[in-house]
Amino acid sequence: MASVHSDTAAPAPTSDGGPRSGPWGTRAVKILVAGGFGAGKTTLVGAVSEIRPLRTEEVLSERGRPVDDTVGVETKRTTTVAMDFGRIDLQPALALYLFGTPGQDRFWFVWDELARGALGAVVLADTRRLADSFPSVDYFEQRGIPFVVAVNCFEGTEVYAPDDVRAALDLPAAVPVLLCDARRKEDGKELLIRLVEHAAVRLGLRL
Amino acid sequence: MSEPEPTEATPADAPADLSGETASEPTEASAGAVDAVSADAVTGDGADAVIVNLPGGGGGQESADEPSIDLFTPRTPVDDRWFDDDAGPVVRLFAMTRGRAARPVDDGLFDLISLVTAAGPAVVGPGGVPGNLALDPEHHAILALCREEPLSVAELGSYTDLPVSVVRVLLGDLHDAELISVTRPVQLAHQPDERLLRDVINGLRAL
Repeated sequence: MASVHSDTAAPAPTSDGGPRSGPWGTRAVKILVAGGFGAGKTTLVGAVSEIRPLRTEEVLSERGRPVDDTVGVETKRTTTVAMDFGRIDLQPALALYLFGTPGQDRFWFVWDELARGALGAVVLADTRRLADSFPSVDYFEQRGIPFVVAVNCFEGTEVYAPDDVRAALDLPAAVPVLLCDARRKEDGKELLIRLVEHAAVRLGLRL
Repeated sequence: MSEPEPTEATPADAPADLSGETASEPTEASAGAVDAVSADAVTGDGADAVIVNLPGGGGGQESADEPSIDLFTPRTPVDDRWFDDDAGPVVRLFAMTRGRAARPVDDGLFDLISLVTAAGPAVVGPGGVPGNLALDPEHHAILALCREEPLSVAELGSYTDLPVSVVRVLLGDLHDAELISVTRPVQLAHQPDERLLRDVINGLRAL
């Protein structure tokens, strides 16, 4: 601890603008793309934006410890988490960031950071492994984060009606369930639009 | 990241005196496999369990009466050999941050989508920085990236190929030295912003 961090000072530094008052008035929003392993998260992010890898090194917290069993490896105190993210420039000064959530349950602590301030989430579901999307659905339900469920229609799989998927996932009627092909940009756009509309309703806004 | 391991090393790291019990594993391979990883695994002091390191590089199983064998989870980089970039940067991350761990993220200053803009003079000479901050190449790299346009913390991590946690420490330095300005993202849950959501939807439709 060589220096005094600004977070030790109580008031926010005055050089920071408030939200939306920053340089050139640029605004940024984020949407999470969640779902089980292989459900198409990376595909979806890549279909609508230029995808980039992102990693972080986190000190293992108490929360992470039960799953990150470090018995016998006491020197390993950090873990590396890799994610995908993409940026969509919606206007000259409005950027939408998409974050593919890390798949493993042991990275929940990263989800908490990703989810803070998120506009909402797309939960990708594969009907062959529907149970894989339960943790994501639970996560966003518990935290009151608006989400839509997108059934990624893989080639050669049986197509289910959205209502069947809704019933199987025990989702409230208000949660949109959509069929999509995660490789198609148009589908990705539609998903995101539906999510933002859903989020607006949840926030009590009329667009 | 994941270099496939030689087949003969795929079975568990078995304690040396038990290698005869794992039929598929030649003794030499077993001896070769007893490296850094198995040093963690050999904690069961000769119990008759084949000890497999847990997925996620968690290391060995402590209790010998609960052998954990998971042959289906992909091996993690912990037990892979590291080549090239996988071996990590030449300058170790803790050296880059001079041993400082990631700053607390709870203040939200360096949210993944906080937008950062270089605010100081284009050329920072020696001694020209408030707080006597000696700028490292990574500081300069960050400043150069966000001089033309605001970039998110996530993008800075991706472009510099540094973990976000390290970027946050470096950004903290730059912020303390008043060389950057930071715009926090809108917290939609606290301040629903009708215009923002409408702009997002219109922007998506126009893609």
